[in-house]
Amino acid sequence: MNWRRLWAIVIKELRQMRRDRVTLAMIMAIPVIQLVLFGYAINTNLRGLATGVADQADTAGSRALVMDMLATGVVAPVAKADTPQELMAMIRAGKVSIGIVVPPDFERRRIDGRAVAQVLVDGSDTTVQGAAAQLAQVPIDSARPDTRAPLTSTPVSGRISVVAFYNPQRSSAVNIVPGLIGVILTMTMVLFTAIAIVRERERGNMELLIATPLTRSELMVGKVLPYVAIGLVQTSVILALGIWLFEVPIRGSVLDVYLASSLLILANLTLGLLISTRAQSQFQAMQMMIFVFLPSILLSGFMFPFAGMPRVVQWIAEALPLTHFLRLIRGVMLRGAGLWEMWGDVLALAVFTVAMMALAILRFRKRLD
Amino acid sequence: MTTDAGSVAIRARGLTRRFGKLVAVDHVDLEVPAKRVYGFLGPNGSGKSTTIRMLCGLLTPTDGEIEVLGLKIPAQADELRPHIGYMTQKFSLFEDLSVRENLEFLAAIQGVPKAKTKGRIDELIGQYHFGDRQQQLAGSMSGGQKQRLALACAVIHEPELLFLDEPTSAVDPESRRDFWEKLFELADNGTTLLVSTHLMDEAERCHRLAILDRGALVADGTPRELTAELDGRTFIVDTADPRAAQRALVELPGVLGVAQVGNTLRVLVAEDIGDVTQRLDQALATAGPKADVVPAPPSLEDVFVAATRKGDAHGERTA
Repeated sequence: MNWRRLWAIVIKELRQMRRDRVTLAMIMAIPVIQLVLFGYAINTNLRGLATGVADQADTAGSRALVMDMLATGVVAPVAKADTPQELMAMIRAGKVSIGIVVPPDFERRRIDGRAVAQVLVDGSDTTVQGAAAQLAQVPIDSARPDTRAPLTSTPVSGRISVVAFYNPQRSSAVNIVPGLIGVILTMTMVLFTAIAIVRERERGNMELLIATPLTRSELMVGKVLPYVAIGLVQTSVILALGIWLFEVPIRGSVLDVYLASSLLILANLTLGLLISTRAQSQFQAMQMMIFVFLPSILLSGFMFPFAGMPRVVQWIAEALPLTHFLRLIRGVMLRGAGLWEMWGDVLALAVFTVAMMALAILRFRKRLD
Repeated sequence: MTTDAGSVAIRARGLTRRFGKLVAVDHVDLEVPAKRVYGFLGPNGSGKSTTIRMLCGLLTPTDGEIEVLGLKIPAQADELRPHIGYMTQKFSLFEDLSVRENLEFLAAIQGVPKAKTKGRIDELIGQYHFGDRQQQLAGSMSGGQKQRLALACAVIHEPELLFLDEPTSAVDPESRRDFWEKLFELADNGTTLLVSTHLMDEAERCHRLAILDRGALVADGTPRELTAELDGRTFIVDTADPRAAQRALVELPGVLGVAQVGNTLRVLVAEDIGDVTQRLDQALATAGPKADVVPAPPSLEDVFVAATRKGDAHGERTA
């Protein structure tokens, strides 16, 4: 490893990046846009689900119950119906997601302590199902369509407790922002290096470079280093915005946050490099990048809980850098854990990085054949 | 690793490269003398680039042996790299770096000593006339300027051996003249140059040249040697109706090529067809047009036509 040649590559990359205004803008814009978008939009606690109401009792008590359910904000009334059958037709047609049925004998049921109302749910959307379960305060498995979801006979005033723990914006953003650091870094970092080698091949620069004494490892390491700095800038932007807009806490040490981010950045950059040595064109590199990016988002635990996945899928997820990073960053930022307490995930990211770098260097040939 | 005058810089035996079924380079034997400008003349697709890439260790030959500056290629390609410069056919510098930045990058990569780097770059900027455009981005320059910059970058570490793959194909005649001046300066200072081209006038400038046709080496020597072999086989036909005369001659056995040059025809004949002038006269007389047949000194283009037609006659190779 000749330091001067390595440095020459780093300087060259930075100079090229400085002249590439679009990329430069993207480096800053991607974190800002994604954070604001996802921070506000991704909300696992839904609000304003289209709801149909069939109040067959139409007494003062039943109207009060319906009003209280609407007051939670989870549901928004868009239709009225006379019978449960009408509501089911609306659900099937997709006009509403939730139907609230109050039977004609509401007052009697209330006195007897039997179920007083029924919540019909569009079970095809799991998140709606979850929201309805909250609404009815009953176990999820009884909130399927066609199943009676009994509202207990507790007095109407007791239902206000639903509203009390329902605090959507805050709890979601706090969970999302740390994960979003990982998602944004996965998206941008892999792409930067996935294109790095293949672009120079397309532009013809590579034929010049491989005819010089430049070694494979100098080229590869030189391509990675400048982007580590870019990745840390992005991390800082997301953290600053997360704290400012969503009051996301950093309960652990800031140094640990940056160390964990650096590990993910390196893992992603080296993965991108490996992609770049395989791809024949920039288009192919983009496709391969998406091939990695989608499982990362879906399986890492960013969108769905890791614990709920089948064993085989969990194994796949363990091979993705984002999975380990999410554990680290949530541990550090939300639980105040130290990195050393989660050394397994630290090790996993380090091993991943070394393996990808080694493969990229081995796969890259200073030959045209 | 130093090469003396009169010694051989590149030696290749039976050099062959196949891409699947296509034979791009077919058993080429080469000897390139040191400190000379050696030309590769051939049409597009004749295997010039493939040969150059094999010689500088970028492509692995399917068969054959290569020795460059005393090193076995491709086995010792890494040892060779510091001693060669390579100017690719397509502009391969960084278009989004300035003239000076490209030179700085190559200086570092090629291991020009740090203390000498600035002096060397200033020297090249002077020699190659980039004084007033050091900060200009390489991508915004003209074809001729780009080629000049590519050459400056290729020689920044003062290589012993310089490969140039069709360096002037996108350059106007004026820039080409300047460019060749630079090449001869380099040769005078002891650099060996291997230049590929498909232009006759460029090939004529080389100290020695090899003619490649469909992957095979069909002739090599100094331009004078090559043209001397054709003495007595080239004629100029002066006629009022060159088109008719051409039709009359082109199918004649033993005639290798008939090319119209203005109002005259240039005719090349095979070496063993006896009293040539008489036969040409006869053919022209029966065809009608009145014409004078005069012997003419052979040119390199005649050499090229003779060399490539020979291959056709034997029908040994497929393209």
